[in-house]
Amino acid sequence: MDDQLAISVRGLRKAYGDNVAVAGVDLDVHRGEVFALLGPNGAGKTTTVEILEGYRRRDAGEVRVLGADPASPDPNWRSRVGIVLQGTGEFDELTVAEVVRHFSGFYPGADDPDKVIERVGLGAKAKARTHTLSGGQKRRLDVALGIIGRPELLFLDEPTTGFDPEARREFWELIRDLAAAGTTIVLTTHYLDEAEALADRVGVIAAGRLVEVAPPNRLGNRQEGLATVSWRTPDGTPESAETATPTALVAELAARFGGEVPGLTVTRPTLEDVYLRMIGH
Amino acid sequence: MTTTTKPAAPVAAAPARRLGAGALALRQGRLEITQFLRSRESVVFTMGFPIIMILIFAAIFNDEIAPGVSYTQYFITGMIATGLMTVSFQNLGIWIPIERDRGVLKRYRGTPMPKWVWFAGKVLMVVAIGIAETALLLAVSVALFDLKLPDTAAKWATFGWVAVLGVTACTLCGIAISSLARTARSGSAVVTPVALVLQFISGVFFVFTSLPTWMQQVAALFPLKWMCQGLRSVFLPDSFGGQEPGGSFELGKVALVLAAWCVIGLVLCLTTFRWTTKRDG
Repeated sequence: MDDQLAISVRGLRKAYGDNVAVAGVDLDVHRGEVFALLGPNGAGKTTTVEILEGYRRRDAGEVRVLGADPASPDPNWRSRVGIVLQGTGEFDELTVAEVVRHFSGFYPGADDPDKVIERVGLGAKAKARTHTLSGGQKRRLDVALGIIGRPELLFLDEPTTGFDPEARREFWELIRDLAAAGTTIVLTTHYLDEAEALADRVGVIAAGRLVEVAPPNRLGNRQEGLATVSWRTPDGTPESAETATPTALVAELAARFGGEVPGLTVTRPTLEDVYLRMIGH
Repeated sequence: MTTTTKPAAPVAAAPARRLGAGALALRQGRLEITQFLRSRESVVFTMGFPIIMILIFAAIFNDEIAPGVSYTQYFITGMIATGLMTVSFQNLGIWIPIERDRGVLKRYRGTPMPKWVWFAGKVLMVVAIGIAETALLLAVSVALFDLKLPDTAAKWATFGWVAVLGVTACTLCGIAISSLARTARSGSAVVTPVALVLQFISGVFFVFTSLPTWMQQVAALFPLKWMCQGLRSVFLPDSFGGQEPGGSFELGKVALVLAAWCVIGLVLCLTTFRWTTKRDG
């Protein structure tokens, strides 16, 4: 097993009855990397991640997470892995500080609870009962419980669902901080901008298969693929052409028009374009 | 392990200050008790219900059912047994599905907390609340209804082992039955009818020997009837033993049936307990 790999997956399969949720996924995540699993609802993101977290059993395939098989997690392995689940687990009657402090007791190398509460932006809510928190604040508490043990590897399943734009930006800063400190991060999301903003590499998952794995700016050959050149003919009709050599076409157009080309634009497919193409739209 | 890209993350080799087993269990117990006491419904239902029932029944029925034994005294011993069942069987059977549905259990499973610690927390809560509740019932009954506390060490000892065996059996059965409920709300729908029917057929509300024979035979299969009978041997005069269906308090049989239910409950717990809901795979 390569020590530089936090996660190594080969031929992962999982079905619920006739419904195949994960249909043969191969995946490597390097230590210190921020990896985003991007895909529509029902694509198999959560099933994949929960197998890696040791919550679900797989039907087939080889899985190593921090050098161990997550199907039989021991407490030592658990103390190195932080988990932020998709659903919140609510402790209605306890305060934020009580919950975070309690969970800190489970980890040998736990962080300071007050510091963590401050860090996720719940400082003002530390003494509030958790049932009085808003949806976004509950999510911050989830994140606090995910990082209280100072994990080497942090899983985040759709962490920013329900956040307002400002809260998302703050959350992204937190993730960047953790990544800068060396934490390996695996997050699932269906927000393209989130994957683009945070991830070193993005894995696009659709119908239980990993369609592509690449840095966000190279997904779907975004930089090498066909560019679209658009302009207007002298009578004003819009014209456009897809080409692998946009510079040559622009030069030719410039010569044809003898200078400025009216309405000239050169565009590459956006991340959204390639993503929608990959998941089959 | 080489940590080239990880300056700050804790390395597994140094288990800094993992809490001991006893400390983990005590904190878990304290947390459970805090949650219970802050939940007004639980406190009112568990602590208040038996007292309210005693006040009502004592006001309605006041006849002697045997020389020197009033119905109220008979009923109070039944309510002490019921209280022990409520604090263990109903309390756990209703609350565990709620916690499972909310994802609290799933969240605990994702931490390095050893599984048994969570069960220990529940047991400590049941024991603490059970003692408080029984003490309250005894105080009210002695003050208002002439209940005589046991006058020999042997009777106190009987009180002790009947309570311990009964609560153990009911705790295990409560944990086991919690797996039958599919959602948070159905816990109470599953548990309450069982508890209520047992109260009617086990000699809590009615003098046991006045019930139809077949009903007595059904009740004799379950723990509550034997808990009531054991407690009657503690609080009612020895002469009342002759009024019992077997012609005596049959303490040997009480111990045997309750111990059998401990075993049955334990087996059911070990084979059926779930940390996640069914839809969670």
